[in-house]
Amino acid sequence: MATHDATGGSLLSAVPTEPEINPLAGVDFNGLEKSLRRPRTLVNVLLSGLVTCMTLLALIPLFSVVWMLLWRGGRNLGLALFTQLPPAPLEQGGGFGNAIVGTFIIVLLAALISVPLGILTAVFMAQAPEGNRLANLVRFSAKVLTGFPSILAGVFAYGALVMVMGGYSAIAGAVAVSILMLPTIMLTAEDAIRMVPAKMKEAAIGMGATKTQTTLMVLLPTAIPGILTGVMLAVARAAGETAPLLFTALFSNYWPMAHHRLNLMQPTASLAVLIYNFAGMPFKNQIEMAWAAALVLVLMVLITNLTGQALSRRQVQS
Amino acid sequence: MAEAIEVADAKAISQPPSGLQRATDAAFRGLCYSFAWLSVLLVVFIVLRIAIDAAPAVREYGLGFLTTRTWDPNKEQFGILPEIWGTMFTSLLALVIGTAFGVAAAVFLSEGYLGGFVFSTLKIFHVEFRPFWRTLPERVEQVLKNLIELLAAIPSVVYGLWGLFVIIPLVRPACNWLHMKMGWFALFGTDLSGPGVLPAVLVLSIMVLPTITAISRDALVSVPPKLRMAAYGLGATQWETILAVILPTAARGILGGILLAFGRALGETMALAMLVGNANVISFSLFSPANTLAALLANTFPEAHPKEIGVLMYAALVLLGITLAVNMVGAFILQRASAATEGGK
Repeated sequence: MATHDATGGSLLSAVPTEPEINPLAGVDFNGLEKSLRRPRTLVNVLLSGLVTCMTLLALIPLFSVVWMLLWRGGRNLGLALFTQLPPAPLEQGGGFGNAIVGTFIIVLLAALISVPLGILTAVFMAQAPEGNRLANLVRFSAKVLTGFPSILAGVFAYGALVMVMGGYSAIAGAVAVSILMLPTIMLTAEDAIRMVPAKMKEAAIGMGATKTQTTLMVLLPTAIPGILTGVMLAVARAAGETAPLLFTALFSNYWPMAHHRLNLMQPTASLAVLIYNFAGMPFKNQIEMAWAAALVLVLMVLITNLTGQALSRRQVQS
Repeated sequence: MAEAIEVADAKAISQPPSGLQRATDAAFRGLCYSFAWLSVLLVVFIVLRIAIDAAPAVREYGLGFLTTRTWDPNKEQFGILPEIWGTMFTSLLALVIGTAFGVAAAVFLSEGYLGGFVFSTLKIFHVEFRPFWRTLPERVEQVLKNLIELLAAIPSVVYGLWGLFVIIPLVRPACNWLHMKMGWFALFGTDLSGPGVLPAVLVLSIMVLPTITAISRDALVSVPPKLRMAAYGLGATQWETILAVILPTAARGILGGILLAFGRALGETMALAMLVGNANVISFSLFSPANTLAALLANTFPEAHPKEIGVLMYAALVLLGITLAVNMVGAFILQRASAATEGGK
């Protein structure tokens, strides 16, 4: 205390005449300069460079996959691929029209199962009061399903449907895929409904709307971009799933339509399984076809994915 | 008179819900409630179904199934020790590579390196605050983030195809050279004759990377900015701040992300079924073929005879148990992490 007073006093007396005491006197200004010769700065720059290189390196596979798809898949792409049936071994030409149709059928069926179930469950979760036991239970099971290995969905559908119905079918495949779609739809729809401003909901209730009217006329229409994003992401994932289809929908070399009637109870081809089957074959034609099918599949998945992301941007703005 | 008319109008406009509206309300609520139960029961049913189908095999083979290594349908001898080993070996290796690159990418994204680079490039041309150019750094960052997320959007069977025709030919000469020069080292104990652990691990690490990056980035971004400011104020360099303040604060979130990625790697099927070689061997070598639980299911199930199906269900049950445990721990840690950072704000 005393020394402080003394220095303070001396400062006051010294300032008007000459600034003798410089508070920055002991600081080495040259030492503060950013110089690569100093280890601290050097480490900083090196680590920044390392992180940059690793990020770029991590993107190389993406570009490599895209390049290979465009190069090896793109050069085989033709109209015949979309209209013809898969070739037999050693046969030239052919296509995978039935696999494209099959993928659409399976994904559509799966969406028919998982979208209503997912959205209505999400409505329940979003409306349930904080700490509702059932809502927490549903959220827990959605989390369990999120980390559920896709092959196990196939094992389940095999045990529950294929063994019971006595044969591989598009329906068994769709059930397996819908299990994998469900958590994405459920969790994104719940978030989207929760993000609807509370005043909109309160206004509806204040005007005397029942809970159902509030949900159907206010909450769901406002939340629809977010819900659709979830559905799109789930559909994109479903289209690319192979493992759950391997022993549920199996594969078929024929069209799913026979005699102008759609048969859902027979083995059905899908693009993903076609790629898996053809990639392991020792025939050049089949391998080239696998690449072309991969290109078509990735394009389908990416377009669905990007549409979903575009929709989610609209959600944030509203 | 006028008042009476007003009241009559008000009565005409506002009225209690009609019987039909009440009925639909009750029905819709009941529907939502029952669908919520339905989705819970679905999960219970899935687990029970696999468990019940596996029960005969569990009774017959017991715990010995997990510790023996022969798989012979003709002698009805089954053991999945090599598959458990292969699953763990490939997943852990992929996790090491995926974590290194994934966390690096997350730091790169959360520190805004690319945005900073674009900004300083624009500065050279003095356009960094002009209407169009002003938003460019942020948009470039967003593109990079989307590109890394695109890695997750590519179906795993396409990665398998790519691994077969790009990765295997690419790494094969290097692997065989390593085996010739350093064959005494356990990791290089065999040569790579086609599919094997290393190609599978490389592809698997690419597949888990987006998960790790996305969750780690979220964890890094949610570190309260005042911690960073305080570190800079004390004179720390950027990387001293990252290593001593930001990463430790975000550690729990990153760990949760790594565990979720581990769960994903354990259950990943197609890329492994195509690349791992499906050989019933236990080896430390990176170049030897191996097998995983998911790949075993994918490859054996379609042609299995009824006796084998039960055994495969047992294998599925084991896989289910392992992934569920890993995912639970991961989700739990993530929940704790987000609660902790919210408390710190």
